[in-house]
Amino acid sequence: MMAERHINWVVMALLLGIPLIAHMVDQPFTITLATKAAILALAAVGLNIALGIGGLVSLGHAAFFGIGGYVMGILAFHAQNFSALELGPLTIAGTKSMPIIWITAMAVSALMAAIIGWLTVRTTGVYFIMITLAFGQMFFYFSISWSAYGGEDGLSIWVRNGFPGLNTLVPLQFFGLCFALLCLALLVFARLRASPFGLALNASRQAAQRVQTVGMTPQRLKLVAFIISGAITGLAGALFADLNRFVSPVMFSWQLSGELIILIIMGGVGRLMGPVIGAGLFVLLEHWLGGLTDFWHVWLGAILLGIVLFGRGGVIGFLTGKEGPHV
Amino acid sequence: MSLLLIAEQILNGLQFGVMLFLMAAGMTLIFGVMGLINLAHGSLYMVGAFAAATAAGLTGSFLMALVAALAAAALAGAIVEMTIIRRLYKAAHLEQVLATFALILIFSEGTRWVFGSFPLYLDIPAGLNGPVTLPGGIEYPKYRLALIGIGIGVGLMLWWLIERTQIGVQIRAGENDREMIAALGIDISKLYTVVFALGAALAGLAGALVGAIQSVQVGMGEPVLILAFVVIVIGGIGSIRGAFVGALLVGLTDTLGRLLLPQFFRLFMEADAANQTGSALAAMSVYVLMSIVLIWRPTGLFGVRA
Repeated sequence: MMAERHINWVVMALLLGIPLIAHMVDQPFTITLATKAAILALAAVGLNIALGIGGLVSLGHAAFFGIGGYVMGILAFHAQNFSALELGPLTIAGTKSMPIIWITAMAVSALMAAIIGWLTVRTTGVYFIMITLAFGQMFFYFSISWSAYGGEDGLSIWVRNGFPGLNTLVPLQFFGLCFALLCLALLVFARLRASPFGLALNASRQAAQRVQTVGMTPQRLKLVAFIISGAITGLAGALFADLNRFVSPVMFSWQLSGELIILIIMGGVGRLMGPVIGAGLFVLLEHWLGGLTDFWHVWLGAILLGIVLFGRGGVIGFLTGKEGPHV
Repeated sequence: MSLLLIAEQILNGLQFGVMLFLMAAGMTLIFGVMGLINLAHGSLYMVGAFAAATAAGLTGSFLMALVAALAAAALAGAIVEMTIIRRLYKAAHLEQVLATFALILIFSEGTRWVFGSFPLYLDIPAGLNGPVTLPGGIEYPKYRLALIGIGIGVGLMLWWLIERTQIGVQIRAGENDREMIAALGIDISKLYTVVFALGAALAGLAGALVGAIQSVQVGMGEPVLILAFVVIVIGGIGSIRGAFVGALLVGLTDTLGRLLLPQFFRLFMEADAANQTGSALAAMSVYVLMSIVLIWRPTGLFGVRA
């Protein structure tokens, strides 16, 4: 049995070490895979705040991932066309600057999370799952029929956006940015979980009525968690779009929402590093099984069934011998 | 825009609605009795469609295709229930979601493995080909009219089954108090398998019937699945009557939204922009409907449990 703390350091060392070695032996594709894992992990860290701490099984988090992606796509599209983006009375110039894109992506995602959250946190259980799924789907169909930004075909960005002082076209430098943001998000997650807010949120997952009797409002706690969660997943969406230099309605697909949950479950629900381990495994499986067979999803499904039926607690649960996180 | 066109679209909306009802009825029944959220219900819809297309290809008979769809979906449902779903009844919703999501992956990719990525086609039976003239001079496809009839017929049969038969009494008792009916000597796990297979058969039937007007392909079940969720949320989880009303509301809103919203925006916008805005908003209309129902009645129109 290993301590969770040790596992965490090993995982982060691996995620940082593999791209560094790949850079030295000139394997840029490995760095791209690691970048993808870091971005998916970031998205899942966001979801883990709602799901792991707050117990909100959101099957619509692809909405925020997609919103982040489209914020990046739309801003960069206007910048590369030198056209202005008209939002009613407002006229905004496009931009290719990552920090501005990130902040906008987080703000728009948070706003949408506030609206969706306001409608959904009052519901519980299966209702919550179905409704978040439905809202995610709403964005999917909206993006398909919104022809101004590519509709079903998506939107291509010619050159990756820039970050002051870095050359983001170098795979390792872009990976470094994503890794730094992931570390930041993990820090936020850890601080949040240990804060009074996090403890109250945790309590409202376990016993909402008791939280209410001591004078707090579980719904409000959950709503705040949902907004923070949406903003982080939105940030990951912007990075993911930048990694591919492409956004399409696929980023809104409900399969992606499902996959984000899978990442967390594979690693371990509510664990700090659960999403990171899950994302790493997922990218490895996709690459390795995908190379063996076109039908790798069958095996992913089988592995997932195995984890749900026999191995509760995910990888971290298996390694530490404890099903749930100690909170 | 003529009244004829609107009448025709209303019929299309009804047809879409009753097919959604077949999906939603099974899901809401399964949730009501077993407390299980089944994402893989769309896969059973797909299984039905593929079985129908295969059987029609072998025998040339549409009736045989429907029989095959019902049998294959019910069988797949029963097998999945006995091997996997059964272990999930006591599990948390998160685990149910994941396990049934895993089942979707297995079903979809497995089907692609067996049948390939190209869509199959299922022909409309010869007797139902072509249009029929309805009172008022509406020309409407016979087959779609038959679908409305079949949907309503199945709805009535389901009502009869649940309200008037022995097994229906057991199902209703199972919704209320599963320990009690187990104590009364009813084999509860057999009842669960039967309910699951019944829900699966309804989904398979819907898949086969819709398969004749669309193509039969991998992934065809998921869009319907999600709309069926919307239907259930609107109607209230566990209520078959709610599923029926919700399905018709969703079918009509979706179909009429696509027709009327672009027209509406043309009143004060240029034609091109109006079409774009209208069709983008029409794609969202059923979800807006769902939000309104939720704000008004958080447990759905006919829902009782939270």
